[in-house]
Amino acid sequence: MATEVHNLQELRRSASLATKVFIQRDYSDGTICQFQTKFPPELDSRIERQLFEETVKTLNSFYAEAEKIGGSSYLEGCLACATAYFIFLCMETHYEKVLKKISRYIQEQNEKVFAPRGLLLTDPVERGMRVIEISIYEDRCSSGSSSSGSSSGSGSSSGGAGGR
Amino acid sequence: MSVMVVRKKVTRKWEKLPGRNTFCCDGRVMMARQKGIFYLTLFLILGTCTLFFAFECRYLAVQLSPAIPVFAAMLFLFSMATLLRTSFSDPGVIPRALPDEAAFIEMEIEATNGAVPQGQRPPPRIKNFQINNQIVKLKYCYTCKIFRPPRASHCSICDNCVERFDHHCPWVGNCVGKRNYRYFYLFILSLSLLTIYVFAFNIVYVALKSLKIGFLETLKETPGTVLEVLICFFTLWSVVGLTGFHTFLVALNQTTNEDIKGSWTGKNRVQNPYSHGNIVKNCCEVLCGPLPPSVLDRRGILPLEESGSRPPSTQEASTSLLPQSPAPTDHLSSDEMPEDTSTPEEMPPSEPPEPSQEATEAEK
Repeated sequence: MATEVHNLQELRRSASLATKVFIQRDYSDGTICQFQTKFPPELDSRIERQLFEETVKTLNSFYAEAEKIGGSSYLEGCLACATAYFIFLCMETHYEKVLKKISRYIQEQNEKVFAPRGLLLTDPVERGMRVIEISIYEDRCSSGSSSSGSSSGSGSSSGGAGGR
Repeated sequence: MSVMVVRKKVTRKWEKLPGRNTFCCDGRVMMARQKGIFYLTLFLILGTCTLFFAFECRYLAVQLSPAIPVFAAMLFLFSMATLLRTSFSDPGVIPRALPDEAAFIEMEIEATNGAVPQGQRPPPRIKNFQINNQIVKLKYCYTCKIFRPPRASHCSICDNCVERFDHHCPWVGNCVGKRNYRYFYLFILSLSLLTIYVFAFNIVYVALKSLKIGFLETLKETPGTVLEVLICFFTLWSVVGLTGFHTFLVALNQTTNEDIKGSWTGKNRVQNPYSHGNIVKNCCEVLCGPLPPSVLDRRGILPLEESGSRPPSTQEASTSLLPQSPAPTDHLSSDEMPEDTSTPEEMPPSEPPEPSQEATEAEK
Protein backbone atom coordinates (compact mmCIF):
# COMPACT_ATOMS: atom_id res chain seq x y z
CA MET A 1 0.00 0.00 0.00
CA ALA A 2 2.59 2.54 1.05
CA THR A 3 4.84 1.56 -1.84
CA GLU A 4 2.36 2.83 -4.33
CA VAL A 5 3.05 6.41 -3.40
CA HIS A 6 6.42 7.69 -4.47
CA ASN A 7 7.68 10.38 -2.20
CA LEU A 8 10.31 12.70 -3.57
CA GLN A 9 13.34 10.89 -2.24
CA GLU A 10 12.09 7.53 -3.36
CA LEU A 11 11.40 8.98 -6.77
CA ARG A 12 14.97 10.06 -7.16
CA ARG A 13 16.32 6.75 -5.97
CA SER A 14 14.12 4.44 -7.90
CA ALA A 15 13.48 6.39 -11.04
CA SER A 16 15.62 7.73 -13.81
CA LEU A 17 15.04 10.93 -15.64
CA ALA A 18 13.36 10.31 -18.95
CA THR A 19 12.81 13.76 -20.33
CA LYS A 20 12.00 17.34 -19.42
CA VAL A 21 9.22 19.58 -20.55
CA PHE A 22 9.48 23.36 -20.39
CA ILE A 23 6.42 25.55 -19.94
CA GLN A 24 7.22 28.90 -21.49
CA ARG A 25 6.23 32.36 -20.44
CA ASP A 26 3.04 33.91 -21.72
CA TYR A 27 3.61 37.52 -22.75
CA SER A 28 0.12 38.28 -23.95
CA ASP A 29 -0.51 40.56 -20.96
CA GLY A 30 2.78 42.39 -21.14
CA THR A 31 5.94 41.73 -19.23
CA ILE A 32 4.28 40.44 -16.07
CA CYS A 33 5.28 36.97 -15.02
CA GLN A 34 2.78 34.49 -16.42
CA PHE A 35 3.15 30.99 -17.78
CA GLN A 36 1.29 29.38 -20.64
CA THR A 37 -1.48 27.05 -19.58
CA LYS A 38 -1.27 25.10 -22.82
CA PHE A 39 -1.10 21.41 -21.94
CA PRO A 40 2.12 19.83 -23.28
CA PRO A 41 1.56 16.60 -25.20
CA GLU A 42 4.37 14.83 -23.35
CA LEU A 43 2.34 14.94 -20.15
CA ASP A 44 -0.71 13.52 -21.80
CA SER A 45 -0.36 10.09 -20.29
CA ARG A 46 1.04 11.29 -16.98
CA ILE A 47 -1.27 13.79 -15.44
CA GLU A 48 -4.78 15.05 -15.89
CA ARG A 49 -5.09 18.21 -17.91
CA GLN A 50 -7.20 19.87 -15.28
CA LEU A 51 -4.72 19.31 -12.46
CA PHE A 52 -1.90 20.68 -14.54
CA GLU A 53 -3.86 23.76 -15.59
CA GLU A 54 -4.92 24.39 -12.03
CA THR A 55 -1.32 24.32 -10.85
CA VAL A 56 -0.16 26.72 -13.54
CA LYS A 57 -3.10 29.05 -12.97
CA THR A 58 -2.40 29.14 -9.23
CA LEU A 59 1.24 29.94 -9.91
CA ASN A 60 0.18 32.71 -12.28
CA SER A 61 -2.09 34.18 -9.64
CA PHE A 62 0.77 34.15 -7.11
CA TYR A 63 3.01 36.00 -9.52
CA ALA A 64 0.26 38.49 -10.27
CA GLU A 65 -0.05 39.11 -6.54
CA ALA A 66 3.70 39.68 -6.26
CA GLU A 67 3.73 42.16 -9.12
CA LYS A 68 0.50 43.90 -8.27
CA ILE A 69 0.78 47.64 -8.63
CA GLY A 70 -1.34 49.27 -6.00
CA GLY A 71 -1.45 51.11 -2.71
CA SER A 72 0.72 48.76 -0.69
CA SER A 73 3.46 48.48 -3.30
CA TYR A 74 3.60 52.26 -3.66
CA LEU A 75 3.82 52.61 0.09
CA GLU A 76 6.67 50.14 0.22
CA GLY A 77 8.43 51.92 -2.63
CA CYS A 78 8.06 55.36 -1.10
CA LEU A 79 9.13 54.21 2.34
CA ALA A 80 12.19 52.53 0.86
CA CYS A 81 13.05 55.68 -1.08
CA ALA A 82 12.69 57.83 2.01
CA THR A 83 15.23 55.68 3.83
CA ALA A 84 17.58 55.71 0.82
CA TYR A 85 16.78 52.01 0.41
CA PHE A 86 18.63 51.10 3.58
CA ILE A 87 15.45 49.56 4.82
CA PHE A 88 15.95 46.66 2.42
CA LEU A 89 18.90 45.59 4.50
CA CYS A 90 16.55 44.54 7.26
CA MET A 91 13.21 44.07 5.57
CA GLU A 92 12.01 41.59 3.01
CA THR A 93 10.14 42.99 0.04
CA HIS A 94 6.60 41.94 -0.71
CA TYR A 95 7.84 40.20 -3.87
CA GLU A 96 10.31 38.10 -1.89
CA LYS A 97 7.61 37.09 0.54
CA VAL A 98 5.38 35.90 -2.29
CA LEU A 99 8.26 34.00 -3.87
CA LYS A 100 8.68 32.11 -0.63
CA LYS A 101 4.98 31.28 -0.70
CA ILE A 102 5.39 30.01 -4.23
CA SER A 103 8.30 27.79 -3.19
CA ARG A 104 6.21 26.25 -0.48
CA TYR A 105 3.30 25.73 -2.84
CA ILE A 106 5.50 24.02 -5.41
CA GLN A 107 7.01 21.78 -2.76
CA GLU A 108 3.54 20.86 -1.62
CA GLN A 109 2.32 20.19 -5.14
CA ASN A 110 5.33 18.04 -5.85
CA GLU A 111 4.69 15.94 -2.80
CA LYS A 112 0.96 15.55 -3.24
CA VAL A 113 0.30 15.64 -6.94
CA PHE A 114 3.38 15.35 -9.12
CA ALA A 115 5.70 12.90 -7.42
CA PRO A 116 3.03 10.16 -7.24
CA ARG A 117 2.82 10.51 -11.00
CA GLY A 118 6.54 10.40 -11.55
CA LEU A 119 6.85 14.10 -12.28
CA LEU A 120 8.82 16.89 -10.64
CA LEU A 121 8.20 20.60 -10.90
CA THR A 122 11.17 22.95 -10.65
CA ASP A 123 10.59 26.39 -9.16
CA PRO A 124 10.81 28.94 -12.02
CA VAL A 125 13.04 31.11 -9.84
CA GLU A 126 15.79 28.53 -10.31
CA ARG A 127 15.45 28.91 -14.07
CA GLY A 128 15.55 32.68 -14.14
CA MET A 129 11.75 32.95 -14.24
CA ARG A 130 11.87 31.88 -17.87
CA VAL A 131 10.23 28.47 -17.74
CA ILE A 132 8.54 25.96 -15.48
CA GLU A 133 10.64 22.86 -15.87
CA ILE A 134 8.80 19.58 -15.43
CA SER A 135 11.00 16.52 -15.17
CA ILE A 136 9.44 13.24 -16.24
CA TYR A 137 10.79 10.18 -14.47
CA GLU A 138 10.66 6.59 -15.56
CA ASP A 139 10.71 3.78 -13.03
CA ARG A 140 14.14 2.20 -13.29
CA CYS A 141 13.10 -1.22 -12.14
CA SER A 142 9.80 -1.36 -13.92
CA SER A 143 10.14 -4.60 -15.78
CA GLY A 144 6.59 -5.42 -16.69
CA SER A 145 4.84 -2.15 -16.19
CA SER A 146 4.86 0.50 -18.81
CA SER A 147 6.35 3.89 -18.20
CA SER A 148 2.95 5.39 -17.90
CA GLY A 149 1.88 2.93 -15.26
CA SER A 150 1.89 5.46 -12.49
CA SER A 151 -0.45 7.92 -14.01
CA SER A 152 -3.89 6.57 -13.42
CA GLY A 153 -6.40 8.95 -12.03
CA SER A 154 -6.79 7.36 -8.64
CA GLY A 155 -3.06 7.21 -8.06
CA SER A 156 -3.00 3.45 -7.75
CA SER A 157 0.20 1.51 -7.67
CA SER A 158 2.44 0.85 -10.59
CA GLY A 159 3.20 -2.81 -10.25
CA GLY A 160 6.86 -2.70 -11.09
CA ALA A 161 7.87 -0.22 -8.45
CA GLY A 162 6.33 -2.24 -5.70
CA GLY A 163 8.39 -5.31 -6.31
CA ARG A 164 11.61 -4.52 -4.42
CA MET B 1 52.03 10.60 -5.83
CA SER B 2 52.06 14.09 -4.39
CA VAL B 3 50.09 14.81 -1.30
CA MET B 4 47.13 17.03 -1.93
CA VAL B 5 46.23 19.48 0.75
CA VAL B 6 42.50 19.39 0.93
CA ARG B 7 41.01 22.73 1.79
CA LYS B 8 37.31 22.72 2.27
CA LYS B 9 36.23 25.62 0.14
CA VAL B 10 32.70 26.35 -0.78
CA THR B 11 32.15 27.35 -4.39
CA ARG B 12 29.42 29.86 -4.89
CA LYS B 13 27.46 30.29 -8.07
CA TRP B 14 28.85 33.72 -8.87
CA GLU B 15 32.24 32.19 -9.50
CA LYS B 16 30.87 30.17 -12.39
CA LEU B 17 28.54 32.70 -13.93
CA PRO B 18 29.13 33.39 -17.62
CA GLY B 19 29.13 36.95 -18.83
CA ARG B 20 31.65 39.72 -18.29
CA ASN B 21 30.86 40.95 -14.82
CA THR B 22 33.07 41.36 -11.80
CA PHE B 23 31.90 40.29 -8.40
CA CYS B 24 33.06 41.50 -5.01
CA CYS B 25 32.38 40.70 -1.38
CA ASP B 26 31.83 37.03 -2.17
CA GLY B 27 29.11 37.70 -4.71
CA ARG B 28 27.24 40.44 -2.90
CA VAL B 29 28.43 43.13 -5.31
CA MET B 30 28.04 42.88 -9.08
CA MET B 31 29.51 45.32 -11.57
CA ALA B 32 30.75 45.55 -15.12
CA ARG B 33 34.37 44.86 -15.86
CA GLN B 34 35.52 48.36 -16.73
CA LYS B 35 35.28 50.38 -13.54
CA GLY B 36 37.63 53.26 -14.29
CA ILE B 37 34.98 55.82 -15.09
CA PHE B 38 32.99 54.78 -12.03
CA TYR B 39 36.00 55.58 -9.85
CA LEU B 40 36.18 58.96 -11.59
CA THR B 41 32.52 59.60 -10.74
CA LEU B 42 33.19 58.73 -7.11
CA PHE B 43 36.26 60.90 -7.02
CA LEU B 44 34.48 63.90 -8.47
CA ILE B 45 31.53 63.68 -6.12
CA LEU B 46 33.59 62.97 -3.01
CA GLY B 47 36.24 65.52 -3.89
CA THR B 48 33.84 68.33 -4.62
CA CYS B 49 31.74 67.69 -1.54
CA THR B 50 34.78 67.38 0.71
CA LEU B 51 35.99 70.76 -0.45
CA PHE B 52 32.52 72.21 0.02
CA PHE B 53 32.16 70.92 3.58
CA ALA B 54 35.70 71.85 4.51
CA PHE B 55 35.68 75.43 3.32
CA GLU B 56 32.42 77.02 2.26
CA CYS B 57 30.18 75.26 4.73
CA ARG B 58 32.16 76.41 7.74
CA TYR B 59 31.77 80.03 6.74
CA LEU B 60 28.15 79.78 5.62
CA ALA B 61 27.02 77.83 8.68
CA VAL B 62 28.19 80.68 10.85
CA GLN B 63 27.19 83.58 8.65
CA LEU B 64 23.85 82.31 7.35
CA SER B 65 22.46 79.15 8.85
CA PRO B 66 23.68 75.78 10.16
CA ALA B 67 20.97 74.13 8.10
CA ILE B 68 23.04 74.65 4.96
CA PRO B 69 25.59 71.93 5.61
CA VAL B 70 22.87 69.68 7.01
CA PHE B 71 20.88 69.73 3.78
CA ALA B 72 24.06 69.35 1.78
CA ALA B 73 25.00 66.32 3.84
CA MET B 74 21.58 64.75 3.31
CA LEU B 75 21.73 65.27 -0.43
CA PHE B 76 25.28 63.96 -0.53
CA LEU B 77 24.44 60.82 1.44
CA PHE B 78 21.33 60.14 -0.60
CA SER B 79 23.14 60.47 -3.92
CA MET B 80 26.02 58.29 -2.73
CA ALA B 81 23.59 55.64 -1.49
CA THR B 82 21.69 55.58 -4.77
CA LEU B 83 24.91 55.59 -6.78
CA LEU B 84 26.25 52.60 -4.90
CA ARG B 85 22.92 50.81 -5.19
CA THR B 86 22.88 51.38 -8.94
CA SER B 87 26.45 50.27 -9.38
CA PHE B 88 26.46 47.27 -7.14
CA SER B 89 23.13 45.62 -7.82
CA ASP B 90 22.02 43.15 -10.42
CA PRO B 91 20.31 45.19 -13.16
CA GLY B 92 17.97 42.31 -13.97
CA VAL B 93 20.24 39.86 -15.73
CA ILE B 94 18.44 36.90 -17.27
CA PRO B 95 20.44 33.73 -16.61
CA ARG B 96 21.41 31.75 -19.67
CA ALA B 97 19.46 28.68 -20.61
CA LEU B 98 20.77 25.39 -19.26
CA PRO B 99 21.58 22.78 -21.94
CA ASP B 100 18.26 20.92 -21.60
CA GLU B 101 16.24 24.05 -22.03
CA ALA B 102 18.36 25.29 -24.93
CA ALA B 103 17.96 21.95 -26.70
CA PHE B 104 14.19 22.00 -26.14
CA ILE B 105 13.89 25.48 -27.65
CA GLU B 106 16.11 24.54 -30.59
CA MET B 107 13.85 21.58 -31.26
CA GLU B 108 10.81 23.81 -31.22
CA ILE B 109 12.43 26.26 -33.59
CA GLU B 110 13.48 23.53 -35.99
CA ALA B 111 9.99 22.13 -35.91
CA THR B 112 8.65 25.52 -36.95
CA ASN B 113 11.29 26.57 -39.42
CA GLY B 114 12.90 23.38 -40.60
CA ALA B 115 16.52 22.38 -40.11
CA VAL B 116 19.30 24.61 -41.39
CA PRO B 117 22.18 22.93 -43.21
CA GLN B 118 25.48 22.89 -41.37
CA GLY B 119 27.72 25.86 -41.93
CA GLN B 120 24.95 28.17 -42.94
CA ARG B 121 24.03 31.08 -40.76
CA PRO B 122 20.56 30.42 -39.33
CA PRO B 123 17.94 33.07 -40.04
CA PRO B 124 17.03 35.48 -37.23
CA ARG B 125 14.63 33.76 -34.92
CA ILE B 126 11.57 35.73 -34.07
CA LYS B 127 8.36 34.79 -32.31
CA ASN B 128 5.32 37.00 -32.48
CA PHE B 129 3.21 37.84 -29.48
CA GLN B 130 0.23 40.00 -29.01
CA ILE B 131 0.28 42.39 -26.07
CA ASN B 132 -2.72 44.61 -25.37
CA ASN B 133 -3.88 44.21 -28.96
CA GLN B 134 -0.51 44.96 -30.48
CA ILE B 135 1.95 42.55 -32.02
CA VAL B 136 5.32 42.46 -30.29
CA LYS B 137 8.18 40.38 -31.61
CA LEU B 138 10.34 38.26 -29.33
CA LYS B 139 13.90 37.85 -30.53
CA TYR B 140 16.05 34.81 -29.93
CA CYS B 141 19.40 35.52 -28.26
CA TYR B 142 22.15 33.36 -29.74
CA THR B 143 24.44 33.90 -26.78
CA CYS B 144 22.02 33.17 -24.00
CA LYS B 145 19.98 30.67 -26.04
CA ILE B 146 16.66 32.09 -24.93
CA PHE B 147 13.83 34.02 -26.43
CA ARG B 148 14.27 37.42 -24.89
CA PRO B 149 11.22 38.74 -23.02
CA PRO B 150 9.79 41.97 -24.39
CA ARG B 151 11.88 45.03 -23.51
CA ALA B 152 14.87 42.88 -22.66
CA SER B 153 18.08 43.40 -24.56
CA HIS B 154 21.52 41.85 -24.70
CA CYS B 155 24.31 44.08 -23.44
CA SER B 156 27.43 43.36 -25.44
CA ILE B 157 29.66 45.01 -22.84
CA CYS B 158 28.53 42.78 -20.03
CA ASP B 159 27.52 39.92 -22.33
CA ASN B 160 24.22 39.37 -20.55
CA CYS B 161 20.57 39.70 -21.45
CA VAL B 162 19.04 42.30 -19.15
CA GLU B 163 15.35 42.78 -18.47
CA ARG B 164 13.86 46.16 -19.37
CA PHE B 165 17.30 47.16 -20.60
CA ASP B 166 17.83 50.90 -20.50
CA HIS B 167 21.50 51.40 -21.31
CA HIS B 168 24.97 50.50 -20.13
CA CYS B 169 26.31 53.40 -18.09
CA PRO B 170 30.09 53.54 -17.66
CA TRP B 171 29.70 56.36 -15.12
CA VAL B 172 28.08 53.96 -12.70
CA GLY B 173 30.03 50.99 -13.98
CA ASN B 174 26.99 48.80 -14.61
CA CYS B 175 24.02 48.22 -16.88
CA VAL B 176 20.82 50.06 -16.03
CA GLY B 177 17.85 47.73 -16.24
CA LYS B 178 14.66 46.73 -14.55
CA ARG B 179 16.05 46.23 -11.06
CA ASN B 180 18.20 49.31 -10.75
CA TYR B 181 16.54 51.88 -12.97
CA ARG B 182 14.84 53.65 -10.07
CA TYR B 183 18.13 53.89 -8.19
CA PHE B 184 19.78 55.31 -11.30
CA TYR B 185 17.02 57.88 -11.73
CA LEU B 186 17.14 58.92 -8.10
CA PHE B 187 20.91 59.15 -8.33
CA ILE B 188 20.89 61.55 -11.27
CA LEU B 189 18.04 63.50 -9.70
CA SER B 190 19.77 63.88 -6.35
CA LEU B 191 23.08 64.61 -8.04
CA SER B 192 21.41 67.39 -10.04
CA LEU B 193 20.00 68.87 -6.85
CA LEU B 194 23.33 68.50 -5.08
CA THR B 195 25.17 70.15 -7.95
CA ILE B 196 22.72 73.05 -8.07
CA TYR B 197 22.94 73.38 -4.28
CA VAL B 198 26.74 73.39 -4.16
CA PHE B 199 26.97 75.72 -7.13
CA ALA B 200 24.48 78.18 -5.67
CA PHE B 201 26.09 78.27 -2.25
CA ASN B 202 29.53 78.65 -3.73
CA ILE B 203 28.28 81.76 -5.49
CA VAL B 204 26.70 82.99 -2.27
CA TYR B 205 29.92 82.33 -0.38
CA VAL B 206 32.04 84.20 -2.90
CA ALA B 207 29.56 87.08 -2.92
CA LEU B 208 29.40 87.37 0.85
CA LYS B 209 33.10 87.09 1.42
CA SER B 210 33.95 89.43 -1.43
CA LEU B 211 31.93 92.14 0.29
CA LYS B 212 34.27 91.83 3.26
CA ILE B 213 37.69 91.11 1.83
CA GLY B 214 37.35 91.51 -1.93
CA PHE B 215 36.93 89.05 -4.77
CA LEU B 216 40.56 88.18 -5.44
CA GLU B 217 41.36 87.76 -1.78
CA THR B 218 38.43 85.37 -1.44
CA LEU B 219 39.69 83.24 -4.27
CA LYS B 220 43.19 83.26 -2.85
CA GLU B 221 41.95 82.18 0.55
CA THR B 222 39.87 79.27 -0.74
CA PRO B 223 41.17 78.27 -4.16
CA GLY B 224 39.05 75.16 -4.00
CA THR B 225 36.03 77.33 -4.71
CA VAL B 226 37.14 77.88 -8.28
CA LEU B 227 37.52 74.15 -8.81
CA GLU B 228 34.12 73.44 -7.31
CA VAL B 229 32.42 76.06 -9.42
CA LEU B 230 34.02 74.71 -12.57
CA ILE B 231 33.07 71.11 -11.82
CA CYS B 232 29.53 72.07 -10.86
CA PHE B 233 29.11 74.23 -13.94
CA PHE B 234 29.96 71.44 -16.35
CA THR B 235 28.10 68.83 -14.33
CA LEU B 236 24.99 70.98 -14.32
CA TRP B 237 24.73 71.06 -18.06
CA SER B 238 25.12 67.33 -18.47
CA VAL B 239 23.47 65.77 -15.43
CA VAL B 240 20.52 68.12 -15.29
CA GLY B 241 19.92 67.53 -18.98
CA LEU B 242 20.11 63.80 -18.43
CA THR B 243 17.67 64.01 -15.53
CA GLY B 244 15.25 65.89 -17.75
CA PHE B 245 15.57 63.25 -20.45
CA HIS B 246 14.96 60.41 -18.03
CA THR B 247 12.03 62.23 -16.46
CA PHE B 248 10.53 62.31 -19.93
CA LEU B 249 11.19 58.58 -20.35
CA VAL B 250 9.69 57.73 -16.97
CA ALA B 251 6.58 59.76 -17.71
CA LEU B 252 6.07 57.77 -20.90
CA ASN B 253 7.26 54.43 -19.45
CA GLN B 254 9.95 54.05 -22.10
CA THR B 255 13.55 52.94 -21.95
CA THR B 256 16.54 54.72 -23.45
CA ASN B 257 17.05 51.69 -25.68
CA GLU B 258 13.52 51.94 -27.07
CA ASP B 259 13.87 55.67 -27.51
CA ILE B 260 17.08 55.33 -29.50
CA LYS B 261 15.71 52.58 -31.69
CA GLY B 262 12.47 54.49 -32.17
CA SER B 263 10.46 51.43 -31.16
CA TRP B 264 7.30 53.35 -30.43
CA THR B 265 7.62 56.42 -32.63
CA GLY B 266 7.01 56.95 -36.29
CA LYS B 267 3.86 56.39 -38.23
CA ASN B 268 4.44 52.77 -39.09
CA ARG B 269 5.26 51.73 -35.56
CA VAL B 270 2.99 50.47 -32.84
CA GLN B 271 2.19 52.62 -29.84
CA ASN B 272 3.96 51.86 -26.58
CA PRO B 273 1.83 49.08 -25.08
CA TYR B 274 3.45 49.41 -21.66
CA SER B 275 2.41 52.98 -21.04
CA HIS B 276 -0.68 53.42 -18.89
CA GLY B 277 -1.49 56.59 -20.77
CA ASN B 278 -1.29 58.54 -17.53
CA ILE B 279 1.92 60.29 -16.46
CA VAL B 280 1.35 59.81 -12.75
CA LYS B 281 0.63 56.11 -13.15
CA ASN B 282 3.69 55.64 -15.30
CA CYS B 283 5.91 57.42 -12.79
CA CYS B 284 4.47 55.44 -9.92
CA GLU B 285 5.00 52.14 -11.68
CA VAL B 286 8.55 52.83 -12.75
CA LEU B 287 9.75 54.43 -9.53
CA CYS B 288 7.61 52.87 -6.83
CA GLY B 289 6.46 49.61 -8.35
CA PRO B 290 7.27 46.19 -6.89
CA LEU B 291 10.95 45.28 -7.12
CA PRO B 292 11.67 41.74 -8.30
CA PRO B 293 14.59 40.06 -6.56
CA SER B 294 17.63 38.91 -8.49
CA VAL B 295 17.25 35.50 -10.11
CA LEU B 296 20.98 34.99 -10.45
CA ASP B 297 21.38 33.54 -6.96
CA ARG B 298 24.98 34.70 -6.86
CA ARG B 299 25.64 33.48 -3.37
CA GLY B 300 24.05 30.08 -3.80
CA ILE B 301 26.40 27.21 -3.12
CA LEU B 302 27.29 24.91 -5.98
CA PRO B 303 26.99 21.19 -5.28
CA LEU B 304 30.41 19.69 -4.63
CA GLU B 305 30.62 17.43 -7.67
CA GLU B 306 29.91 20.35 -9.96
CA SER B 307 32.40 22.77 -8.47
CA GLY B 308 35.31 20.96 -10.12
CA SER B 309 38.91 20.70 -9.04
CA ARG B 310 39.98 23.82 -10.84
CA PRO B 311 40.20 26.69 -8.42
CA PRO B 312 37.53 29.15 -9.43
CA SER B 313 38.72 32.46 -10.73
CA THR B 314 36.95 35.44 -9.35
CA GLN B 315 36.65 37.45 -12.49
CA GLU B 316 36.69 35.14 -15.45
CA ALA B 317 33.62 33.59 -16.93
CA SER B 318 34.61 30.01 -16.35
CA THR B 319 33.80 27.09 -18.52
CA SER B 320 32.32 24.43 -16.34
CA LEU B 321 28.66 23.87 -15.86
CA LEU B 322 26.70 26.79 -17.10
CA PRO B 323 26.26 26.86 -20.85
CA GLN B 324 28.46 29.18 -22.77
CA SER B 325 28.23 30.00 -26.39
CA PRO B 326 31.40 29.78 -28.46
CA ALA B 327 33.14 33.13 -28.45
CA PRO B 328 30.44 35.30 -29.91
CA THR B 329 32.66 37.57 -31.93
CA ASP B 330 29.77 38.56 -34.13
CA HIS B 331 28.00 40.08 -31.14
CA LEU B 332 31.04 42.14 -30.30
CA SER B 333 31.48 43.49 -33.77
CA SER B 334 29.45 46.53 -32.90
CA ASP B 335 31.87 49.35 -32.44
CA GLU B 336 29.08 51.66 -31.61
CA MET B 337 29.09 51.06 -27.94
CA PRO B 338 26.17 52.65 -26.14
CA GLU B 339 28.42 54.32 -23.58
CA ASP B 340 27.41 57.80 -24.49
CA THR B 341 23.71 57.36 -24.20
CA SER B 342 24.14 58.65 -20.69
CA THR B 343 25.44 62.10 -21.39
CA PRO B 344 28.65 62.24 -19.46
CA GLU B 345 29.60 64.88 -16.94
CA GLU B 346 31.69 67.79 -18.07
CA MET B 347 30.82 67.35 -21.68
CA PRO B 348 28.15 69.22 -23.57
CA PRO B 349 24.94 67.27 -23.69
CA SER B 350 24.37 68.02 -27.32
CA GLU B 351 25.97 64.88 -28.72
CA PRO B 352 23.33 62.55 -30.02
CA PRO B 353 23.20 59.15 -28.39
CA GLU B 354 24.98 56.51 -30.41
CA PRO B 355 23.16 53.62 -31.96
CA SER B 356 22.59 50.94 -29.41
CA GLN B 357 24.62 47.81 -29.16
CA GLU B 358 21.48 46.07 -30.28
CA ALA B 359 22.20 47.14 -33.85
CA THR B 360 24.13 44.03 -34.83
CA GLU B 361 22.24 41.74 -32.49
CA ALA B 362 18.88 42.87 -33.73
CA GLU B 363 19.56 42.62 -37.36
CA LYS B 364 20.58 38.99 -37.26
